[in-house]
Amino acid sequence: MSVDRRRFLTISAASLSGALVAACDANPRRAQKLLALAERGNRRIEEGLFRHTAMNHVPASAPVAGTSFPKYMISKTTPIWDTAARGVWRLEVSGAVRRPLSLTVDDLMKLPRITQKVDHFCVEGWNARATWSGVRVSDLARAAQATDDAHYVDFTSFDEDYHESWDMASAMHPQTLVAYGMDGYLLTPAHGAPARLHSPVKLGYKNTKYLTRVVFMPKQNGGYWSDQGYEWYGGT
Amino acid sequence: MATLVKRNHWVVRVTHWVNVVAIVLMAGSGMRIFNAHPRFARPGERFALNPWEGRPIPDWLTFGGWLAGARHWHFAMMWLLVANGLLYLGFLFFHGEWRDIVPRRGDARDAWQMLRFYLFVRRDHPLQGKHNALQKSAYFAMPLLGILIVLSGLAIWKPVTLAFITRLFVNYKWARFVHFLAMALLLLLALVHVFMVFSVDPYSLRAIVTGWYDRARSPEARNARPFYHLFGPAREAPASREVPPV
Repeated sequence: MSVDRRRFLTISAASLSGALVAACDANPRRAQKLLALAERGNRRIEEGLFRHTAMNHVPASAPVAGTSFPKYMISKTTPIWDTAARGVWRLEVSGAVRRPLSLTVDDLMKLPRITQKVDHFCVEGWNARATWSGVRVSDLARAAQATDDAHYVDFTSFDEDYHESWDMASAMHPQTLVAYGMDGYLLTPAHGAPARLHSPVKLGYKNTKYLTRVVFMPKQNGGYWSDQGYEWYGGT
Repeated sequence: MATLVKRNHWVVRVTHWVNVVAIVLMAGSGMRIFNAHPRFARPGERFALNPWEGRPIPDWLTFGGWLAGARHWHFAMMWLLVANGLLYLGFLFFHGEWRDIVPRRGDARDAWQMLRFYLFVRRDHPLQGKHNALQKSAYFAMPLLGILIVLSGLAIWKPVTLAFITRLFVNYKWARFVHFLAMALLLLLALVHVFMVFSVDPYSLRAIVTGWYDRARSPEARNARPFYHLFGPAREAPASREVPPV
């Protein structure tokens, strides 16, 4: 009996004190290590569960959010591409590729177009539906002939220094698009014109708006929100 | 003299207290996550089932500091909660203790009698085994709510990768609502549980720490309602199937 009790007291004291220390301050250094460990483990599990056949499905009859679709940017004012100062907007596809691309909106529109009504999952907890039109990132990778070194993809914007890097599997998901259209119209500046990344397989903050560059990389390079403490993987 | 019984196995005692920690941290961080968007409606839509749409949970009830911090805590502690829950349910199943909480015929009638007793309609405490019928139903409902919370949690954690789970709850929005509602119900049951421990049977604290319980001080022996006969005289322990120590 005393062994039981000692065992019980040891286990409960250890777990309780750990949690109490944690509860006094949500971010002590030791807790950070534990949380980082959990994040790594979770990422491995999420990558293991990830399938290109697991798709987001929105019923055909479901309404889109339309003008209620939240608009979000880093800059204080809506970023608008300044053609006079920066020349014609082009999407650069580069990095670990054999054939780097530099595509105008017209070039993008000549590539196979996908139109899909999908969810947008925000890290805050809401989701919103929209019909996006654009080019699959996997088609861009094929066109640029991404090499075997391409394990990650960075998506850069002209909205301040905003960027987020992705794992290759999520970027190659058939529902991951470089979108130039929303609900049947060309993207408006509030939603990331001329083109943005959009996919239901990652949380909103991973979906870079005001896209300028798609860079295939052997290593990931973090991202705007992931560098500030949000999960890098951010998968749904 | 043989009124002392070993009521709770050490597995039950350890998982109980680990559960307290896990549920407090999960509920606190979950409510902090909720506060990032304290409504169930999608943008531009309405949600009729939540009378407090848009009203955040008070900060002092939340844990994790900010959205990202709370998410890290939530996604770390969920494994503690799940592992602990599996250990508890596995123990209950293989050790036979499930018999103490799974409903049986007659439980509804017994629960009604307990209610009558608590409401002063009935004078004497109904006969009971280890738990009274109201306790049994609460202890049975809590793991069920836990399973619902884990399932709806998976549904909103991985709404695309595990879309087949999300579909069990219709869609993401409803899964999130079920996740929240089940959490609120579980917390309510936990609060009632704590209230009843202190107002009816504080002697059971010993049983959930050391395992020992004095049946001579059971609510049945004291004829105890909330705050009634709290320190009543120890009487002869009622008949019970619980085995005294050898």
